[in-house]
Amino acid sequence: MNSNIAIEMRGITKRFGKVVANDSIDLIIKKGEILSLLGENGSGKTTLMNMLAGIYQPDEGQIFAEGEPLTIRSPKDAYECGIGMIHQHYKLVDVFTAAQNIVLGLKDEKLDLKTINSKVKEICDRYSFIIDPSMKIYDMSVSQKQTVEIVKVLYRGADILILDEPTAVLTPQETEKLFTVLRNMRADGKAIVIITHKLNEVMAISDEVAVLRKGKYIGTVKTCETSPQALTDMMVGHAVTLNIDRPKYDSQFPRLKVEGLTCVDDEGITKLDGVTFTAKGGEILGVAGIAGSGQKELLESITGLYPIKQGTVDFVTDEGKEKNLVGLTPMQIRKTGVGMAFVPEDRLGMGLVGSMGMTGNMMLRSWKKGKGVFLNRKSPEELAKKVWDELEVVTPSTSFPVRRLSGGNVQKVLVGREIASLPKILMTAYPVRGLDINTSYAIYNLLTEQKMNGVSVIFVGEDLDVLLELCDRILVLCGGKVSGIVDARTATKEEIGFMMTTVGGKEAADVQ
Amino acid sequence: MSALIALVVAAVTFGTVLMFGTLGEILTEKSGNLNLGVEGIMYMGGAFGLAGAFYYEKIVGEAASSGFVAIILAILAAFLAGAVASAIYGFITITLRANQNVTGLALTIFGTGIGQFTGEFMRVKEGGFVALSNHLKDAFSSTIFPDFLKNIPVIGKMLFSHNFFFYLALILALAMHFFFSRTKTGLYLRAVGESPSTADAAGINTTKYKYLATIIGGGISAIGGMVYIVTTAGCVWNHSGLSGVGWLAVALVIFCMWRPLNAIWGSVLFGALMIMYLRVRIIFIPTEIYKILPYVVTVIVLVISSMRNNKEKQPPASLGVNYFREER
Repeated sequence: MNSNIAIEMRGITKRFGKVVANDSIDLIIKKGEILSLLGENGSGKTTLMNMLAGIYQPDEGQIFAEGEPLTIRSPKDAYECGIGMIHQHYKLVDVFTAAQNIVLGLKDEKLDLKTINSKVKEICDRYSFIIDPSMKIYDMSVSQKQTVEIVKVLYRGADILILDEPTAVLTPQETEKLFTVLRNMRADGKAIVIITHKLNEVMAISDEVAVLRKGKYIGTVKTCETSPQALTDMMVGHAVTLNIDRPKYDSQFPRLKVEGLTCVDDEGITKLDGVTFTAKGGEILGVAGIAGSGQKELLESITGLYPIKQGTVDFVTDEGKEKNLVGLTPMQIRKTGVGMAFVPEDRLGMGLVGSMGMTGNMMLRSWKKGKGVFLNRKSPEELAKKVWDELEVVTPSTSFPVRRLSGGNVQKVLVGREIASLPKILMTAYPVRGLDINTSYAIYNLLTEQKMNGVSVIFVGEDLDVLLELCDRILVLCGGKVSGIVDARTATKEEIGFMMTTVGGKEAADVQ
Repeated sequence: MSALIALVVAAVTFGTVLMFGTLGEILTEKSGNLNLGVEGIMYMGGAFGLAGAFYYEKIVGEAASSGFVAIILAILAAFLAGAVASAIYGFITITLRANQNVTGLALTIFGTGIGQFTGEFMRVKEGGFVALSNHLKDAFSSTIFPDFLKNIPVIGKMLFSHNFFFYLALILALAMHFFFSRTKTGLYLRAVGESPSTADAAGINTTKYKYLATIIGGGISAIGGMVYIVTTAGCVWNHSGLSGVGWLAVALVIFCMWRPLNAIWGSVLFGALMIMYLRVRIIFIPTEIYKILPYVVTVIVLVISSMRNNKEKQPPASLGVNYFREER
């Protein structure tokens, strides 16, 4: 038995309904080492670590600590086993001070600021942190909040630290500071796991890399013996042939011109940075990228839902005239005759009203029509029946609440409605997420059909295999920037995987 | 001057009722549970509190009854009624995770009904009139300070002449303030109301805290209903007197910004606003205008506090939201 092993997970499986989030995963976490857990979105990294932190229970498999079987039923159990997790969304009480947050839930701790402060100071000195224990959380920067989280975990005597995407919200300088702290903790014999998908950080900080792909464990390699290229291959896997029909539309023409599009969120973080591209009528433009690289903001800023800081968005009419869309609300955009349809990621939140039936949901697009104060129910009813028939939606009636339909049928209702508005541009965000194979293909065929009608389709997806087989061109986003636009017929999965993690892709990485 | 003193005394009497209702609801809301059933809870507290004292007196006889025991029994009966009602609310929202607003409103209807039924049932059974003897009435409105304090001009009347329940509420408010700001349990309870996932991750039993705060809070609110019946209503069952008091308490929680110390002067102020139409009458102004004043003041306070955007003066961050650990 290697005494260097802190935690061993054997055959861990976790299911959410029908979805298998983790499929018999084996993982070893060693003391005095930094392990990177690498994988694409939805590969099950956070789920796996949540089982160590006591948030979820594994359905199958066993966790061992120093050779002994271990059951972690709650976050409290996890602390008692010396496991501390720093979640992506910090678990801090805003109106409390740092010190209050740090001692929260500790049984034998008196609320005596002096002792807490001196203990906090000791930890800070040891690993070179700087925090003010009497500062309120809401007055802190993101990086300071993270420091409080780390100190909180250390204060509880954790020997195994799990950090979920710790650098996602940090500036490069703050990241460097965090890495220094992590190295100090490693030197102190702590076991550290960082969940990440940033290859350069993996290379910079970790001793070993464990790779997950689609819920499966791919393997663990020593960082010094691997390369970003090899890791990308492990992360995205080899191309799978899906046999999606991809005809070519002959007379493609520019439909939407986006130039230098820049968006900033409420907290001042740049979400989109100088995005420039042209979407053509008669093509499917795929958008690839790690989750949160600006996909949502891109679609929402084009449709007028997200404020644009800089840049232009121009719709090209059939006559070749350009219409500016910046600063218009969705209603104004529709009034100017720009046919745009949007299938949002959050189907029941943004796309449909869950408690209404198909007819009611069809009406959401036409409620302004009808005479006087009365609604026109007839044509939405007809449209609902048409979508029901043509897309083979499984529902007892057109008035059955869509919330109670399966995910695939909900998506068919939404896509059906959007297509029925005869759009010139059809934007879809993760349209096949959570759908089974058959429904997914039904959606692919619908999108291809629209493309062959000359519609410009923008498809934000996460499965690179699908993007490569369905789309004509793929725009790759990386941290809000356009990493590149490639021809989907000739591009490879590795190439795109690389562009997702490094702006500019392979060439840029070679220069570094 | 004497009119002002009389106004203050009357305001404090009615304010005491509100203070119990508000303090109970503050405790509940600090755990993140928005219990809109206060109206029903206070009704139940009124009916059961009176029943406790009434049947005690009936069983032992008027001569043998002790005022002290009657007060204790009334408080206990009211507290238990409120606690049971809140436990139902707690089970539905905390364990079954049903919508808090709907459950609270249902509790208001349920509690009002139970309170009315109990009160009316007693009234009919006892021959159309449920009232305590004068001996107990005096006990309920007795003060605890000696006469020489009460006889100090102006101050004596304003500070020392109120009934026993006012000072009890005062102590309760101070104790709650101490509990929230100085004790570990209070800190943990606030953490549960602010961010249950944080509290859970820190190893705090969120379910236990939510249940205890909701049940004890409901019990305290119910005492308010009882206090109304034995003071303002003169120890007589009155089926419409309590209507609206619970809602006023809910509004007062917001007005106080979830702080027990603010509840002290806030409830006296609201008490004054509620009885102004009796004492400070201005011709041409209908009494209804007076009666909406507390709500108008609450709205103004809400608007100002949200404009100032002070992070400290906000409702508990997860108020009204049920917590489930595995939610994704």
